[in-house]
Amino acid sequence: MSFDLMEIDFAPLIISLRAATMATIVTFFLGIAAAYFVSGYQGKFKGLIDGVLTLPLVLPPTVLGFLLLVLFGKNGPLGKFLTAIGTTVIFSWPATVIAASVVAFPLMYRTVRSSFEQIDQNIIYAARTLGVSEWKIFWKITIPLSWPGVAAGTVLAFARALGDFGATLMIGGNIPGKTLTIPAAIFFAAESGDMNKALLWVILIFIISLIVMTLMNYWTDYQRKLIISAGRK
Amino acid sequence: MSLMDFSFIPIILSLKVAFAAVIIVTCTSIPLAGLMAKREFLGKDVVESIITLPLVLPPSVIGFMLLFVFGKNGPVGKLLEQWFHTRIVFTLAGAVVAAAVVALPLMYQSVKVAMENVDPNLEKAARTLGAKELRIFFTITLPLAWNGIVAGLVLAFARSLGEFGATLMIAGNIPGKTQTMPLAIYFANESGDTRQASILVIIMTVFSFMVIYGLNRWGKGSQKDRKGGGDHA
Amino acid sequence: MLKAHFEKKLPSFDLEADISLSNGILALVGPSGAGKTTILQCIAGLQTPSQGEIKINDKAVFSSEQGINVPIRNRRIGYVFQDYALFPHMTVEKNVMYGMPKKDNSPNKVLTVSNVLEMLKIEHLRQRYPNQISGGEKQRVSLARALMTEPELLLLDEPLSALDQDTRKTLQQELLRLQAQWRIPFILVTHDPQEAEMLGDQIIKLDRGKQETIKMSDKFNETLRKIK
Repeated sequence: MSFDLMEIDFAPLIISLRAATMATIVTFFLGIAAAYFVSGYQGKFKGLIDGVLTLPLVLPPTVLGFLLLVLFGKNGPLGKFLTAIGTTVIFSWPATVIAASVVAFPLMYRTVRSSFEQIDQNIIYAARTLGVSEWKIFWKITIPLSWPGVAAGTVLAFARALGDFGATLMIGGNIPGKTLTIPAAIFFAAESGDMNKALLWVILIFIISLIVMTLMNYWTDYQRKLIISAGRK
Repeated sequence: MSLMDFSFIPIILSLKVAFAAVIIVTCTSIPLAGLMAKREFLGKDVVESIITLPLVLPPSVIGFMLLFVFGKNGPVGKLLEQWFHTRIVFTLAGAVVAAAVVALPLMYQSVKVAMENVDPNLEKAARTLGAKELRIFFTITLPLAWNGIVAGLVLAFARSLGEFGATLMIAGNIPGKTQTMPLAIYFANESGDTRQASILVIIMTVFSFMVIYGLNRWGKGSQKDRKGGGDHA
Repeated sequence: MLKAHFEKKLPSFDLEADISLSNGILALVGPSGAGKTTILQCIAGLQTPSQGEIKINDKAVFSSEQGINVPIRNRRIGYVFQDYALFPHMTVEKNVMYGMPKKDNSPNKVLTVSNVLEMLKIEHLRQRYPNQISGGEKQRVSLARALMTEPELLLLDEPLSALDQDTRKTLQQELLRLQAQWRIPFILVTHDPQEAEMLGDQIIKLDRGKQETIKMSDKFNETLRKIK
């Protein structure tokens, strides 16, 4: 029942952290951009656009994986393009980043969007009457005022990216040392009856998740205090 | 190509699992949310963390923990075996447990936020009118939190329907017995049955989109109600 | 008949209250943050005093010495909130009926919803929801709802401060009329000295938890004289 720590291959940890970190960076910028666009957009497709952007939150991971396969597969629109320039993402490490980004994106987008929409419009109007450019308003007013939401969204996105199993499994496969992430490693270890190994990975991911949760609670508390102090004034 | 060789069984199994899970989640999350939103007690933060943990934990970690608890040597698994000569590992009941665990935090949070948003003055008013706590809960808090409860129900149902990782680990992938839609998609794709996978993917995507769209409209409607109530004076 | 003598420790100062009221309207006046609402909430049982005693009709509802703290629902107190606190999901009629005592243990069986609604001139609003009526009407509903419980004491927390001048004037008259009709003591919190002057038989000014009696009620002076 005992095992030697040296025998454990720590590649899944590195693969998971790489995928989660890169996915968080990608969703950070895309999420903020999408949130800014949708909260300012007043056209009739608002509901549709929001629905599509939120979809990965509700879709089962295997459905996402399947859709990504269709998109990036050798006959898919993006897959064909990638083949043309001599590369492929299916079953290679970028696949883990893509899967993690897609599942994490809606969390970032939604959290940021709701904090954008909570900003008092009068502050924005006031800035406009002072002749401040939209770009400057965004960086000097919108972002600082919604910073707690941006931070919470980032943390949530990271946690979700780190934990993805189904979508990564379908588009990345489970190639040890290449695309096998911690969640997949837990599954295959448990599947093969190696509960000790599975437990080790569970503990590891638990530690990472706890750190993430603590940060998240810290930020929501901070956010609440901000709102309360704003309300008192 | 005919519909004849398309299997509807995963859809039926998924619906069974989701309905059962939603019933369990509703019965537990409403009293739980009421307690957490309206009462102060020692260790409240810890309870809160435990309930919301499945939200940030990877599904394969949840599956692993469920195996530990409900497996043949697990504390609950042993009791079920000895007292009732039954088990939930590799049965549809296992899928229900997995779905309920991942869906609980979604419903819980939605209901809790809605209950916290009920004006405490209304509950105080009811108290000065001689109402007992239980009556206040059922006649004031619960009806005023109704929007959040419905939103939570829909989210919990969608999440239950889409559960993959934890279900795979505790219920296994037994066609006709525990193979729900997300599992069927994965294994159909794996075995090259793209048609079966595609149909299920389309069903789930359309359903998920409807959920998001419906929830957005619902949220907007209730916001307008509240605003209308406050502005009129 | 209310006798209250208690202290309550607040974060920035200690609140001392010494109130005696047999009938009529007691106006509690003072700047915001002086502790007016805290006094009302202590009497109602929404907050607990640090020490002291509160008696309603010679029955102690709170006593730190005897360890008595009667729950709000058994204190027979009517409470009118500043923001009305009407239940938004119930009609005016349902709101008013919410606190109605069950028929068999009601000492006064003559009191019906129609009576109360009529008295406050809101009968025509029966089937409306709170968001369909005006501020003045809401305050009438709120009064009706509190009176429906047949309280022995009515507490009003800045009931008129959210209303416009005209509505306010009308409702001030209404309160005087109601008090004369109902014959239970009212405690009215207000930040407006003029309103206090106009409505109060007895006026207590509150500043940072310390109270100062500005006007004694005539009835109270009479009883004092009798005792002496």
